[in-house]
Amino acid sequence: MEKLILRRVDRNNEEMILNFGPQHPSTHGVINFIVETDGEVLRKAVPDVGYLHRSIEKIGEVTGWHGFMPFTDRIDYVAAMFPNEGYATAVERLTGIEVPRRAQYLRAISCELARIASHLVSLGTMSMDIGAFTPMLHGIRERETINDLIEALCGARLTYNYHRIGGVAFDLPEGWKERTLAFLDHFDKFLVEFDRLISFNEIYVRRLANVAVITGKDAVDYGLVGPNLRGSGVDWDVRRDLPYGAYDDFEFAVPVGQGFKGTVGDCYDRYYCRCLEMGESSKIVRQALLQLPEGEIMAPKVARNLKVEAGEALSRVESARGEMAFYVVADGTNKAYRVRARTGSFTAMGIIESASPGLMIADLVALIASLDVVAPEIDR
Amino acid sequence: MTTSEIHDLLKARFGEDVSAAPPPPKGDAWLTVKAERLVEVCRFLKETAGLEFDFCEDLTAVDWPKRNVIEVVVHLLSYKLKHSLVLKVEADRGSPVVPSLYPVWKTADWFEREVYDLFGVTFTGHPDLRRLLLPDDWVGFPLRKDYAEQGGWHGIDNVRENPLVELKRLDDSARAEAAKSASPAPAAAPPATPAPTSQA
Repeated sequence: MEKLILRRVDRNNEEMILNFGPQHPSTHGVINFIVETDGEVLRKAVPDVGYLHRSIEKIGEVTGWHGFMPFTDRIDYVAAMFPNEGYATAVERLTGIEVPRRAQYLRAISCELARIASHLVSLGTMSMDIGAFTPMLHGIRERETINDLIEALCGARLTYNYHRIGGVAFDLPEGWKERTLAFLDHFDKFLVEFDRLISFNEIYVRRLANVAVITGKDAVDYGLVGPNLRGSGVDWDVRRDLPYGAYDDFEFAVPVGQGFKGTVGDCYDRYYCRCLEMGESSKIVRQALLQLPEGEIMAPKVARNLKVEAGEALSRVESARGEMAFYVVADGTNKAYRVRARTGSFTAMGIIESASPGLMIADLVALIASLDVVAPEIDR
Repeated sequence: MTTSEIHDLLKARFGEDVSAAPPPPKGDAWLTVKAERLVEVCRFLKETAGLEFDFCEDLTAVDWPKRNVIEVVVHLLSYKLKHSLVLKVEADRGSPVVPSLYPVWKTADWFEREVYDLFGVTFTGHPDLRRLLLPDDWVGFPLRKDYAEQGGWHGIDNVRENPLVELKRLDDSARAEAAKSASPAPAAAPPATPAPTSQA
């Protein structure tokens, strides 16, 4: 593949091949798109990824079972709770460690807060990519409060390293429950404000509705997951359909794209599914905090130098970017034989080449933003 | 449907080309498929009523140098019936070749490129088999167990000294410098105060 070109292919028409990235502000990280255009219209956009490949899967074969946990944070640093949870769940499935109920609730609480924070970043940067700057600041402002809460919970604001194999690292600090409930009361009002500010803004709706439609069939075929899949009208959520942890205790709806302002599976549906999901996450956190059982936060007797019998397991968790699956293989030693993270952004990037033909260049930005790709999650 | 029930169905259709390992005490069970029947088996799994594996959840590989194989592992899930299945295909480590699943699930496109990139497995029938994450001229397949680093790429070094070692060397040289300037001390006029050293 020829790279780093900016040239006219033919003097007689408007065909061009040009690089979109890797340092372009609207590509959500270091991703390059090699774009073939005819004037403003795309022939094709070929993603060129790997700039953030840090060989995290190989690192997993070297560190011990516990030692890999901080590295999982770096798989998706916008919502680092989910790789934590996914990896811990996979090893627990393989070893048969039972997680105490309270720890499962704390996992659900921390994950749902992380989901809200991640969606706020996603929606904010999406509107910024499209040309509205203010909603981003609104989103970041709310996320700051969540960061403060998570910092009080586990000491970190970005790479949390909060979950452990067999439980979580810390219990709730004093007064945290009340602070969080107060934040949720405020947040539910904020969602209405955000909708009025941007979601139902006529210019914004026209910019996104009917743009880059992905049908449900294509979404399944290309392995889209999470809000991208639901935006295309496929009713599937791992938390509800294959419940893990504490999720079967909670009541929540799964928002599915139905052509809110245009066609099912357009950019607006993916966008608005995330908006609705934040409300559902807020519900889950509230329920979990109110029903939080007493008890231990770590399973008893999880060996420090954990040895895992030969075998393999796959865990599925619903991350902010859709289903995140960790595949771990053990060979009986104190290190993993193979760790593999299947992430939502990776497959979302796979669809861009086939979804892009015919779009305007500016709509490619909308498509990338609506798929909510996070570069480190693609490359790992 | 459980793995063993699916195995019974597949055995009736494909005979010994699909075999099951004894179920492990913990973790997931899997079925092993012969490479040449893989596409056929997968199409059957996707299209047969009652199986309907419409979602190819993951496709990756595991290197087993002791057995001299690379296992390509496919995780399937059915959205409608909520069951899952693990398929494994063994390929010779010397020249691993596995048929591509792109005709069955399009998501296999990027997964297979990744496996090609990191394990060196060739997928026959893949429309665009190029390296995905690594540069096109990278040498070797990093996720193989016997991978040896080439020591950088186009002049970009891939090793870095421990910063503490570097700091210690600076300290040592400063100390040596100080000792050198202090030892041939002139006997005539001893300094009233020791010269300030660079290590604070």
